[in-house]
Amino acid sequence: MSLLDVEKLIVEFPTRRGVLRALDEVSFSIDQGEILGVVGESGAGKSLTGAAIIGLLEPPGRIGGGRILLDGKRIDNLSREQMRPLRGKQIGAIFQDPLTTLNPLYSVGRQLVETIQTHLALSDRDARARAIKWLEDVGIPAARERVDAYPHEFSGGMRQRVVIALALCAEPRLVIADEPTTALDVSIQAQIIALLRNLVREHGTSVMLVTHDMGVIAETADRVAVMYAGRLAEIGPVRDVVKHPAHPYSVGLMGSIPSLVNRVERLAQIDGAMPRLNAIPQGCAFNPRCDKAFDRCRIERPELMAAGRTQAACWLYAEEAAHV
Amino acid sequence: MSDTAMSDTAMSDTVLQAAGVTRLFDVSRPWLHRLLAREQKRYLRAVDDISFSIPRGTTLALVGESGCGKSTVARMAVGLYAPSAGDMRFYGQHLSAARAQAALRRRMNMIFQDPYASLNPRWRVNDIVAEPIRAFSLLSDKAAITARVGALLTQVGLAAADGEKYPHEFSGGQRQRISIARALSSEPDFLVCDEPTSALDVSVQAQILNLMKELQERLGLTYLFISHNLSVVRHMADRLGVMYLGRIVEIGPAETIFRTPRHPYTRLLLEAIPDLEMVGVARTPVGGEVPSPIDPPSGCPFHPRCPLANDRCRVEKPRHITVGDVEVACHAVEEGRA
Repeated sequence: MSLLDVEKLIVEFPTRRGVLRALDEVSFSIDQGEILGVVGESGAGKSLTGAAIIGLLEPPGRIGGGRILLDGKRIDNLSREQMRPLRGKQIGAIFQDPLTTLNPLYSVGRQLVETIQTHLALSDRDARARAIKWLEDVGIPAARERVDAYPHEFSGGMRQRVVIALALCAEPRLVIADEPTTALDVSIQAQIIALLRNLVREHGTSVMLVTHDMGVIAETADRVAVMYAGRLAEIGPVRDVVKHPAHPYSVGLMGSIPSLVNRVERLAQIDGAMPRLNAIPQGCAFNPRCDKAFDRCRIERPELMAAGRTQAACWLYAEEAAHV
Repeated sequence: MSDTAMSDTAMSDTVLQAAGVTRLFDVSRPWLHRLLAREQKRYLRAVDDISFSIPRGTTLALVGESGCGKSTVARMAVGLYAPSAGDMRFYGQHLSAARAQAALRRRMNMIFQDPYASLNPRWRVNDIVAEPIRAFSLLSDKAAITARVGALLTQVGLAAADGEKYPHEFSGGQRQRISIARALSSEPDFLVCDEPTSALDVSVQAQILNLMKELQERLGLTYLFISHNLSVVRHMADRLGVMYLGRIVEIGPAETIFRTPRHPYTRLLLEAIPDLEMVGVARTPVGGEVPSPIDPPSGCPFHPRCPLANDRCRVEKPRHITVGDVEVACHAVEEGRA
């Protein structure tokens, strides 16, 4: 039973020169307790997908089509007032920069208590006890003493721990984590990833983990979705997408990541760059950079189809998909 | 006589040599505050007694987490900061003396991290790339400069016609190519690269890293490569220095260090990095964070996080010892506890 269903989601930005489609018919689902990694390069639409789900698209961005269902109920057409109780209680969010997520004027304890009491009917005392418990759970040393400290008194890694506590304290069923470790040093990043993974496993929370770091995805996610120019290029179990990517873009992306284990003289490189939104090529958006492109790729847009152990939006697999 | 001649040839094979280089930053509060609170001046020891040398045509990479002093080393290597103590030599000459001679100064250049901030948005690419040529009066003829700029842009994978455009018309990766073209325009043989790809997407990063390796082979360039990303470093480095709180804790041939890391911090770093090969592997990350460099721990700066620390580590600063072809600063390695 999937917890989140995104069906043919379109996000667009009206501009003076016409409407730009930043997300073009993106469909995927996340199961209960599953961690879905979303990767892609800047501008591929990863963060926008997260923002659309949690109802925080920045105007003039708007949902131009498709549906988002949480537990079978539509949430893409809710008003601001209807959406507010869902945010935090049903869907939590963790953003990249822990300093801008936290209010510098309130102690972390007060921010936690406020969030807890907004969503759960608890007395001040119980809410405070719960806040301290959460700070302990995310590994803040001496949580009882530090609950009244202000964000600036914490280091970057500790702040991100507080942000995770804040996102999880109302026990949401889905967490959107948008580049949660990008602002952190590697040794801290490993701590935060392990923490996040353990907490969501304990609570059975589903996670949409947005990041550009394939290494983080490889170690954390159950399934991974690769995005390119506002579309899903490939989606499948993390092991298969990383080891046997089907879409030529995924192949190039995996090959371009320098590995610690195997040193190669020359990294695989995808020439060119991702197209701008106002110049998405006809057919498959990747076709000008793809060395396997043929005529059909330049005319007709591929949808996701079965490709080996994953699903890829690529005409190379049209034959195979037809036989299945 | 023969001795000096010998050392001269030896020196000319070493592009940059640092011996006991230290850099302090004054982080004292204003004078009146200090006077009222009866405080001493306070210094941040950003770089603490580091030594290395870079042979011609090779890449020395320095890695470490934020605040470990790697960018300060980069800035000292091109003379943007002067060392507070110790000695930095470029082709055997004191860096300040070398910087005073245009003929030597033009042989070093720097590539910065952020291609959005390091190019003047009001200048055309032609002028940006030609600036070092004009500054060093390498060419005076306008047509010759244009031809040279065109050749440089072609060399980094752009078109000569791109010179007419402004920086904002290019993507991040293309801008970094422009930075490289500018850095190469004074025909340097030594480039300091401070996190040249950390602002770029991975596929673009691969393009830039490949380009830098090609240029190194073709032009015989020497790189001081600063990065926090060990996988990138592994791809680029011949020799590797691992920095922690202003000190080099381990330095040696990159392959050796990646194969058999000796210092506990190097091991922690290598352990901590998520890698594609590690699908589904759960690890136990080492705890703790980098302490403040203003008030570093006593003894070995890594001891509060080190699983091997003992009383000696808490008191006595470890000295570099040679193990095989690697230098390590660690009591545990010295005592055979590692």
